[in-house]
Amino acid sequence: MRSLPAIVSAGALAVFLVTWAMAQTADPRRSGYQEMGASLRAMQDDDSANPGMLWVGEGRALWARREGAAGKACADCHAGETAMAGVAARYPAFDAATNRPIDLGQRVNRCRVEQQKAEPLAPESRELVALSAFIARQSRGQPIAPPDDPRLRPFVESGEALWRQRQGQLNLSCAQCHDDNAGGRLAGATIPQGHPTGYPIYRLEWQAVGSLKRRLRNCLVGMRAEPYAYDSAEYAALELYLMSRARGMAMEAPGVRP
Amino acid sequence: MASVLVNVPKTAKRGEVIEIKTLIAHPMETGFRAGPNGRLIPRDIITRFTCVYDGAEVFGLTLTPAIAANPFIAFTTVATQSGTLVFRWTGDNGFSVEESASISVE
Repeated sequence: MRSLPAIVSAGALAVFLVTWAMAQTADPRRSGYQEMGASLRAMQDDDSANPGMLWVGEGRALWARREGAAGKACADCHAGETAMAGVAARYPAFDAATNRPIDLGQRVNRCRVEQQKAEPLAPESRELVALSAFIARQSRGQPIAPPDDPRLRPFVESGEALWRQRQGQLNLSCAQCHDDNAGGRLAGATIPQGHPTGYPIYRLEWQAVGSLKRRLRNCLVGMRAEPYAYDSAEYAALELYLMSRARGMAMEAPGVRP
Repeated sequence: MASVLVNVPKTAKRGEVIEIKTLIAHPMETGFRAGPNGRLIPRDIITRFTCVYDGAEVFGLTLTPAIAANPFIAFTTVATQSGTLVFRWTGDNGFSVEESASISVE
């Protein structure tokens, strides 16, 4: 007959093996949502408490407004609340006309210029962010699915190189915080893994909704590096790399972040 | 473009305590911050919020510069009868927004 300690240790080993096997299959990627406190998660989950929904509402109104010399509204071509479902999950996408990737906001402006014959909206303007929030909201819950376009591959690679590039007076790279030290603390805040699941986000620090570019600018300023110009190729490359890194994670837009 | 979100239950039982949630887009500029030119940015806040339920004010709130932008106001009241709830936000520079929602009480 086996002794009791032997049975107990065999049981403990079995439990350890099962949890270890589960940890191997579980996705180690975590959305910034999972790093937030309960009250912020509740704020994001409740559409009547999530301030990002104010921008979604403004975007809905802008979607139906006739603009430009053509007198067309976005809704004239793309009617309904689900016309843009899944679109935000696959941007930035390759743009054949300019031979480079363009993000969601640049795609909106392309439609404004070519279809509506209107002036393009300024990057990060309230209207453009509101339209992006309205579009991204329709992809909530869908997996991030960057396009498998071979023409995008060099841009994803240059995005990854930028991610690992030390820069700024602090001589830091994105990867040093968000790959090597994710889950650790930077002053009072948990360092997230940096997956772009919730964009455009309502950031409490901004008291407004902003795009992924604005968030990247914040990080660059924090590293005391020179932020790139809006609409620069660097942002598109970084966004592309981040989307491919987060492939398959669920969209949460509009997210709420501290 | 004032944008408002109001969440009121569509139906309630008589005497039931209902939760009402409101959100409004507003910068809530404190009046204590300096702009890029070094001068103070003038105060621009919502000063008063009221909720009138069938002619009677059931909730009122005076807002101050310490309240963040896009104020979220949640409160409870007792569902007494079917009717309309009228929400009004007033503030600096003639800011005035009104929104209403109806509730049916069984």
